[in-house]
Amino acid sequence: MKVVTTLLKEHPFFTGLADKDLAFLSGCTSNSHYKEGEYLARENTPANHFFLIRSGRVAVETFVPNYGPLCLMTLHGGDIFGWSWLYPPYLSAFDARALTSVRSLKLGGQCLRDKCEKEPRLGFELMKRFTKVATERLQAARIQLLDLYGPHPSQGIPRCDP
Amino acid sequence: MIPELWRVTHRREEFPGTITLSLTREAGGPSPIQPGQFNMLYAFGAGEAAISLSGSSASPAEPLTHTIKGQGLATQALCKLEVGTQLGIRGPFGQGWPTHLAANRPLVIIAGGLGLAPLRPLIYSFLKGHLPARRLQVFYGARRPEEMLYQPELGHWRSSFELVTSVDHASTDWNGHIGVITDPLRVTHLECNDALVFVCGPEIMMRFCIQVLLHKGVTESNIYLSMERNMKCAIGICGHCQWGPNFVCKDGPVFCYRDIRSWFQINSL
Ligand SMILES: Cc1cc2nc3c(=O)[nH]c(=O)nc-3n(C[C@H](O)[C@H](O)[C@H](O)COP(=O)(O)OP(=O)(O)OC[C@H]3O[C@@H](n4cnc5c(N)ncnc54)[C@H](O)[C@@H]3O)c2cc1C
Ligand code: FES
Repeated sequence: MKVVTTLLKEHPFFTGLADKDLAFLSGCTSNSHYKEGEYLARENTPANHFFLIRSGRVAVETFVPNYGPLCLMTLHGGDIFGWSWLYPPYLSAFDARALTSVRSLKLGGQCLRDKCEKEPRLGFELMKRFTKVATERLQAARIQLLDLYGPHPSQGIPRCDP
Repeated sequence: MIPELWRVTHRREEFPGTITLSLTREAGGPSPIQPGQFNMLYAFGAGEAAISLSGSSASPAEPLTHTIKGQGLATQALCKLEVGTQLGIRGPFGQGWPTHLAANRPLVIIAGGLGLAPLRPLIYSFLKGHLPARRLQVFYGARRPEEMLYQPELGHWRSSFELVTSVDHASTDWNGHIGVITDPLRVTHLECNDALVFVCGPEIMMRFCIQVLLHKGVTESNIYLSMERNMKCAIGICGHCQWGPNFVCKDGPVFCYRDIRSWFQINSL
């Protein structure tokens, strides 16, 4: 069986991170497995973990009253889920539900925060990686909002100017 | 150029508002057309619209296939044509996909929404062994699973080459990616040094895809796009489709990104 440090190293989120940093982070990491239908995180509950998805599919969802869960995006092997552990009040913003069997690495939020405070260089490195993913997700959300394949904008999508 | 008479021999609704027509020429005879080229389809009394070939181009004797989304007067009238009715056709026009460049190389096709239509002839060529590409990867993004084109064919395609589908919205019983097509494009391995990439879809979607492709190391000269501009004459006379120094009807609609980059980035063009 592979050791946690090796698994961390194999995940794209940590590509190029120094071995000593990976060894340092492995202290916060455990291997986790979710069956289809199980939740990795629930909306509005304590966000105690950050997940590196190794394989499988995860739906990021929110619950719409009188409708049910609405899927905002799916995540796959190589993706990450969760940065709510970084900021107070440390509550998950969305549900994350396994759509298939999911293998992931789970890093403790408190443990990560403590390590980053102790080792600001590593903290900054991680921050850069989180903001890159967050920026990509923001851009993707904006493209989704544009409804690219829907009616042409000339057919009635409101413009910003009056 | 005067339209010739053609007749609808088959009609399939892909999803409400978008149909695929098979057409045969009333006068008979072959009608050669290349993948990426388009015809001007004339719905009598309503008007003409530029529509790309969306079916096989293998034999000029096969019926001509076009996929049409009802947008305005002409395309909505074309969408209403029943089997047995006549329409007028001028064409084919324009420069198609440079398939000769695909010889022994990996071909990547990126389609958004209706943009799959002009790319489907290439998929057919690949499946028939007529396209010299070494490998085919297809990325196809749509609004919802119900609004995906050619649904009966997607399963066969998936088992014949790498097909990555993505929709903006879906319930979780949909098996593909939910999000935008740039996400799977970003994480999928492409043979970037050598890959030839053909892209067709809404212009903003193509812009975002190009950003990802360039970031992955695909060179500008290996990216080809199919552009859309309003057409009238389709033979480079009226100037309706002028785009920078190019006429989309005559110099395009397929362009190499390297050659049009500067026009692509000007908003008002
Ligand atoms: C080379 C080329 C290939 C094409 N291939 C296809 C094809 O295979 N299938 C197909 O359905 N269409 C295709 N089109 C687009 C098609 O030609 C237009 O949708 C059509 O000309 C619209 O004509 P209309 O009279 O129906 O609508 P119009 O009355 O001219 O316009 C209808 C509405 O659509 C808006 N509109 C303007 N530009 C676009 C746009 N690019 N997309 C959507 N709406 C727009 C207009 O502002 C207007 O509100 C192609 C265009 C080109 C240039
Ligand atoms: S449509 Fe007339 S010049 Fe292109």
